Amino acid sequence: MRALANVFRELAGLFVDDGALALAIVAIVVLAGIMAALMPDAPLAAGAVLLFGCLGVLLSNAVRAGRR
Amino acid sequence: MTANLALIWPAMMAAFLASLVEAVEALTIVLAVATVRGWRPAGLGALAGFMVLTLIVVALGPLLARVPLHLLQLVIGILLLLFGMRWLRKAILRSAGVIPLHDEAMAFAAETSELREQARRNEARLDWLAGLASFKAVLLEGLEVVFIVIALSAGRGMLIPASAGALAACLLVAGIGFIVHRPLARVPENTLKFAVGIMLSAFGVFWTGEGLGVPWPGADLAIVGFAAMFLAVSGAAIALARRPKVEVLP
Repeated sequence: MRALANVFRELAGLFVDDGALALAIVAIVVLAGIMAALMPDAPLAAGAVLLFGCLGVLLSNAVRAGRR
Repeated sequence: MTANLALIWPAMMAAFLASLVEAVEALTIVLAVATVRGWRPAGLGALAGFMVLTLIVVALGPLLARVPLHLLQLVIGILLLLFGMRWLRKAILRSAGVIPLHDEAMAFAAETSELREQARRNEARLDWLAGLASFKAVLLEGLEVVFIVIALSAGRGMLIPASAGALAACLLVAGIGFIVHRPLARVPENTLKFAVGIMLSAFGVFWTGEGLGVPWPGADLAIVGFAAMFLAVSGAAIALARRPKVEVLP
């Protein structure tokens, strides 16, 4: 059981290192998904939210980690 | 083949560079096991890890073909964003001097010392433990390679170029490791991680957008633009995250 838990922990570790970064990425994707659903005539708006959201999240997370 | 060159080359390069990083890390542990306990447990553990990886790929491949393309792109895109931006963040913080660089020589020394400590405590089970360490290293690092290859392919007919890139990197590292019998400490791990993080993040944005139905301007070529933007933002992040050196006044 402990070995299985370790495997799952290792697998989760492939994708999540900093919880705040992972949560922010998921939030951006959800936001982009909502935009895509609410504005089907302007799908590029969802793309812009996704792209610039990810870039913003990366920049702010790295800068905050540097100042910690 | 539905993919074009704008997708094939970045995918192949990303798979090659990412696999290079993972293969170097796996090689360090396999070499540590071989140094302490000989090539038999190291080789058997690595072989077992490779066989489990092959089973995973064989089992997972046909299942992925049954998933609707948009759903597959969305799920893979999100996983790529999580995986790629995690690598990119780490590479940025290492470049900025916030966290220390990964050192293969140090990893080799730590693994060797841990195995020797295990030998001191329990000699009888050491071959088994050493083989397990080798198995785990190949399986875990290999899982990352498998994920990257599958993610970069994402239903666009790029499984062969991405696999070729990954296989070339693994063979290259295994060949060099077999010749030099030392951890490859001079591989610029952080630069590779930085480049791969940028490419995986760019692919992540692209696939996630495709999964949400976004018609990216320039179609597949948009990935190159995304990679350029991630590169520019990462450069800015390094400059902003870098800690000022404290000057010592006389």
